[in-house]
Amino acid sequence: MNNAKKLLVSHAPFWHIGSAVPERHYNTIIAALPAVLMGISVFGVPALAVICLSVSSAVGWELLITRLSKRPNTVGDGNAALIGLLFGMLLPATATWWLVITGTFVAILIGKQIFGGIGGNPFNPAVLAYAIVRISWKNYFDIDAQLLNIDFAFPAFNPLVALKAFGPDAISQLNLGDLLIGHQIGGIGAVSGLAIIVGGVYLIARGFVRWEIPLAFIAGLFITAGIFHIVDPSRYAGPIFHLVAGYTLLGAFFLAPEDSSSPVNAIPMLLYGAMGGLMTMLIRNIGAYPDGVIYAILVINLINPLLDKIRPKALGKAA
Amino acid sequence: MLSKPVFGYAKPKFSYELLSTAFPRPVTVPRPAQATLLLPREIGPAPSTKLKVGTRVLTGQRLTWDDGPGPSVISSFTGKISAVAPQLGDYGRKYTAITIATENRDEWDGAFAQACGQINLATLADYLSGAPGAPPLAKLVSPQKPIDTIVIYGGDTDLLVDSNLYVLKTRTDAVEKGIHVLKEATGIEKIILAVPGESFQNFDGHFAADVRSVPNSYPSAQPLMLFYQIFGRILNQGQSFENQGVLFMRAEAVAAIGAAVASRQVAVEKVLTVLDKQGNKHMVSARIGTPIGSILQTLGITLEDRDRLIFGGPMTGTAVYSEEQPVQADTDAIMVQAAAEIILSSDYPCINCGECVRICPSHIAVNMLVRFLEAGQYQEGADLYDLYSCVECGLCSMVCVSRMPILQYIKLAKYELARTVPAEEANE
Repeated sequence: MNNAKKLLVSHAPFWHIGSAVPERHYNTIIAALPAVLMGISVFGVPALAVICLSVSSAVGWELLITRLSKRPNTVGDGNAALIGLLFGMLLPATATWWLVITGTFVAILIGKQIFGGIGGNPFNPAVLAYAIVRISWKNYFDIDAQLLNIDFAFPAFNPLVALKAFGPDAISQLNLGDLLIGHQIGGIGAVSGLAIIVGGVYLIARGFVRWEIPLAFIAGLFITAGIFHIVDPSRYAGPIFHLVAGYTLLGAFFLAPEDSSSPVNAIPMLLYGAMGGLMTMLIRNIGAYPDGVIYAILVINLINPLLDKIRPKALGKAA
Repeated sequence: MLSKPVFGYAKPKFSYELLSTAFPRPVTVPRPAQATLLLPREIGPAPSTKLKVGTRVLTGQRLTWDDGPGPSVISSFTGKISAVAPQLGDYGRKYTAITIATENRDEWDGAFAQACGQINLATLADYLSGAPGAPPLAKLVSPQKPIDTIVIYGGDTDLLVDSNLYVLKTRTDAVEKGIHVLKEATGIEKIILAVPGESFQNFDGHFAADVRSVPNSYPSAQPLMLFYQIFGRILNQGQSFENQGVLFMRAEAVAAIGAAVASRQVAVEKVLTVLDKQGNKHMVSARIGTPIGSILQTLGITLEDRDRLIFGGPMTGTAVYSEEQPVQADTDAIMVQAAAEIILSSDYPCINCGECVRICPSHIAVNMLVRFLEAGQYQEGADLYDLYSCVECGLCSMVCVSRMPILQYIKLAKYELARTVPAEEANE
């Protein structure tokens, strides 16, 4: 036995089910593509340009920042691309190039890298970046004004803005089915609720997203909107409208369940999602902003560490 | 090979081997030209003359470093000592490796046959501590806290392995005799025999022991999990099974005790499960001290560079670096993995996906615990996130999306914390 083989030595366990981080992110990207394609079909080439710039600049920032901070290059795990894609999906199709690049810079650096990179971010990076650029340059997010020069085959106004400004009467002629399919204006990736649901169901079936968060988010929003609607139908729109308008479904399936900023136990996930839906409706109905999903998700991201303290007793620990 | 299902929603579930159909027939491994015995103590000054290179030893002969009392090893072959060298085991355990050039015929040493005229614990501990199954008899001799319960486990602790259950099912008489010997020698009346639930009815009432049934789902048979199931508590920091008055023993060890006393000969042969690269299972019978290489050769298994050779099963075994490593008294399985099948762990951080939390049988917040352990904050991990509830089953590492070596972090943390406790006690 002189021809000693060089054997591999490592610690137990010696089995792994083969899941990996890149697989997770690339699958989420695939799941988001139907919604992106719907957005591109509605808004045309400008939307494609925004998405491409957003993804590529996010990847570029990730590369640059990991290089500067002398950390391992993590571009290959797909997380930066995913953040760029989700950020692009939130933007209007008319977003200018510097807005996109600034946004992805905020997402990658402030949203993620300053917390130590993937897994350390307390907020969803795309959502945080959107909130920051939205507050900084709010005119660029006035979708009705931005899209004035494009002709649409359907009533071209942002339903949530109309609701905020003129009340439920303004949106009464909108067909909710049309809104669901994608006949509305808004963020590139948020126009088609149907495409988002298709992607979301894929993620849940594959186990990349747990059902608890999206379902609780939708239920929380639905119940809160329903209560408002029952109390005063002349001031508050119905729950189904709120479900299909704005960022609701995108938030429920893609933004709220982000790994690092969401809880992992069942009850906290349900609370987290429900609270997101509740906060969204509070902001939409009695807050200053037409759409509350972004800020609602930031708020639930903030309470996530507290929620995850609700956990089952470990083995042998007294109740 | 194991992989995540496409519809990855259900948790992976694993069950232990049951051996409920026909028993496999062990393949006997031929006598190797060289065998290595591991004396569980470090090499010291002034070795016994019996340990000099060139000295002839007999099968069943008890070898110690210096003729006084202390750790010993029983020679499983007749032959000449060809080398004595230090060897380092896991977690810094030190051994003295005694290599024997074996002879073709056995010549039995008669000391045990003489000594076991009347059964006493010291004799058993001296001669049988290194018997197949490694009965921890030394812990019974002079414990700091008296042992009041012996738990014998009749199944196997890892997946795919069925050596121990095989012994229980095929050598029931020896196990029964062993239980009587233990009772007589130790005076301990409380002996619990834990068996897989499926075979509970075959054993209940047939033994002079309290037979308990253990669920067949992994990791119910992990010693720490067994301890919890039987006694309803966990081992906290600074505690060990022994200072809780409990001694764990495998059915194989009890059978070895029974057989040794009945035949007045120390058993040197043990059964092993060998899992080859294709996932096939072989049962072999080999003497303690046989190099793994000889076993693999017998079965026609060849190793390539970057393959992995494992003592034990897939979840809790120990990878070894050389096929010259000998079979030890507590080796119940050898697993061979082809290089292509190996998924290495990574240094990626936790992404908080929660897979580990959902699969953990102890309900530990693994995602939080691992953040403390990664930073070396072991005590915080123990205080805040239930480090000592862990039963060391390895399921968390197996499902980890980031492929973190979580079990390794946990075992390292327990090891480091255990090292600091005696130092503190010494200062008091």
